[in-house]
Amino acid sequence: EKTKTSFFGKLNKAVAGKSKVDDDVLDNLEEVLVASDVGVDTTLKIIKGIEARVAKDKYVGTEELNEILREEIARLLSETNSGEDVEFTIPKDKKPYVIMVVGVNGVGKTTTIGKLAYQFKKQGYKVVLGAGDTFRAAAIDQLQIWADRVGIPIIKQQMGSDPASVAFDTLSSAVKNDADVVIIDTAGRLHNKINLMNELSKVSRVMQKVVPDTPNDVLLVLDGSTGQNAFEQAKQFTKATNVTSLAVTKLDGTAKGGVVIGISDQFKIPVKYIGVGEGIEDLQVFNKYEFVDSFFSNK
Amino acid sequence: MFDNLSEKLDKALHVLKGHGQITEINVAETLKEVRRALLDADVNFKIAKEFTNTVKEKALGQDVLTALQPGQLMVKLVKDELTQLMGGDVEGINLSGDPSVVLMSGLQGSGKTTFSGKLASYLKTKKTKKPLLVACDVYRPAAVDQLHVVGDQIGVEVFSDRGNTDPVAISKAGIAYAKANGHNVVIIDTAGRLAVDEEMMNEIANIHKAINPQETLFVVDAMTGQDAVNTAKAFNDILNFDGVILTKLDGDTRGGAAISIKSVVNKPIKFIGTGEKMDAIDVFYPARMAERILGMGDVVSLVERA
Ligand SMILES: Nc1nc2c(ncn2[C@@H]2O[C@H](COP(=O)(O)OP(=O)(O)OP(=O)(O)O)[C@@H](O)[C@H]2O)c(=O)[nH]1
Ligand SMILES: Nc1nc2c(ncn2[C@@H]2O[C@H](COP(=O)(O)OP(=O)(O)OP(=O)(O)O)[C@@H](O)[C@H]2O)c(=O)[nH]1
Ligand SMILES: [Mg+2]
Ligand SMILES: [Mg+2]
Repeated sequence: EKTKTSFFGKLNKAVAGKSKVDDDVLDNLEEVLVASDVGVDTTLKIIKGIEARVAKDKYVGTEELNEILREEIARLLSETNSGEDVEFTIPKDKKPYVIMVVGVNGVGKTTTIGKLAYQFKKQGYKVVLGAGDTFRAAAIDQLQIWADRVGIPIIKQQMGSDPASVAFDTLSSAVKNDADVVIIDTAGRLHNKINLMNELSKVSRVMQKVVPDTPNDVLLVLDGSTGQNAFEQAKQFTKATNVTSLAVTKLDGTAKGGVVIGISDQFKIPVKYIGVGEGIEDLQVFNKYEFVDSFFSNK
Repeated sequence: MFDNLSEKLDKALHVLKGHGQITEINVAETLKEVRRALLDADVNFKIAKEFTNTVKEKALGQDVLTALQPGQLMVKLVKDELTQLMGGDVEGINLSGDPSVVLMSGLQGSGKTTFSGKLASYLKTKKTKKPLLVACDVYRPAAVDQLHVVGDQIGVEVFSDRGNTDPVAISKAGIAYAKANGHNVVIIDTAGRLAVDEEMMNEIANIHKAINPQETLFVVDAMTGQDAVNTAKAFNDILNFDGVILTKLDGDTRGGAAISIKSVVNKPIKFIGTGEKMDAIDVFYPARMAERILGMGDVVSLVERA
């Protein structure tokens, strides 16, 4: 909440005492957006959009700025986000529906899996987790605790075992037990490590031996406090694994998560979820209108 | 994103080439690109602005030495300024206590637990210390197990008290255990926390007060964006920490957060993390970081080629 108020506060300051959008306001706005990790390119894109509107409408009062800005940002997100989703759903025609969760180290993959599993279970789905992070110290124990909290089974092997083999076991078990949703955890990996990125392709390939066309969803988790490097993460993970959706975590802090606007725009990948805490309930379905509104509400 | 940086600087520096003196006109374009580079590298926007202003003042009116092209002079100015901003000499860790107590702090997932292990291993092998790791994260699922696995990997003892949910009590008990068992360094791992989480910030303030550590370290992910200044400031306000640890520098982030943090709290960056393994720890070199942030490697070679 603090995040959004301060953004709005700054925006208000940017337009304070001005009756129309002039260069000064746009300069200040640029600062506000850059300071929110939106990035220079995307910021310039947004500003250009606003300038175009100002040129077209001749006069734009600061009152209207919020509205225009809201539209501009929503437009960048709109191609990939329907924006109407309010519930945690999975397509009905795919069973089991397999989600593989990927991302760099420490962004919140395992925690997001726990929260997501909880939501799916609440919807009545039969969920199973796969402990595909066989590398990090106690990663398996961590996922086990989440599975226990949610009350669902977990398929795991020893630390150091082959993640592809764990994924294979998990999907086999899911098929045998008629599960609806499978969520596979993976070890954190930096996107510039080619071997580790290739490992993800291998995990996917092995899954396809059990259930064709899986994983159905590759969820890339981004830390909301990450800066411009998130672009490179999106780029490299997309290359290695055909990322189909994004989750942005840690938005309960002061970080703005603005980088996601540019990523969603550039890679045409929808943001599906946002993490807003460490508790089991602290996951929300991303709603672009709420996201954009949260920037400008709170007058 | 970063690919076209050197290209742009090349163009900008081209403006300077051939002039005998740096003037308002030929410096503007270059500094605009430098500022842009800093922002792309996640340097805080305010600090990027201050920085380019300082460089501009230093640059203006400078005669170009016969041996140097203006572009080279600018590159040198920018790099020197950045290096200076990032800290002078390499600073070690204060081990004057008996035992010396090191307290870890930072946001969730920044790398505290991993770095606790790396530091313990470093002190054990390079400084012939006998460290003890203390598990004070009572929240994160399997945090205590994680530290135990790490301790096993490096052959360092881990103190934990699984039934206990009070990190202040655990930290004190850990230090007492260290004294009784001949450990001369105690490294306290704590839970990740957000700077805006008052309760959790109070908790770490209480740990800090109770154990009075020789060394309080703020562990931060090198990929952090503009928010780095807020977080660093908030932790510093509460803990007045002694140094910063920059993790995950094995990635391709430019790591501009380093300058932002240094500028805002003026505390040395002591170590960097360069991988997940226990030996992936290095002391911090300001000049290298300056080069990394600006992609100087590219720029310097460009100027030399020109
Ligand atoms: N405040 C906050 N903390 C979060 C959120 N999501 C995850 N965390 C915390 O971030 C830290 C790292 O989370 P993990 O789920 O272990 O991250 P990971 O991506 O699985 O990490 P690795 O497997 O080590 O790469 C933990 O302390 C989590 O409790 C969130 O939305 N808000
Ligand atoms: N590539 C790389 N990964 C790192 C580095 N340091 C830590 N990690 C990884 O980052 C993730 C998080 O590290 P942790 O040590 O668990 O972080 P933490 O700050 O203790 O996390 P919380 O206790 O949840 O707040 C793990 O996957 C680590 O392996 C580093 O320097 N490079
Ligand atoms: Mg994990
Ligand atoms: Mg930890």
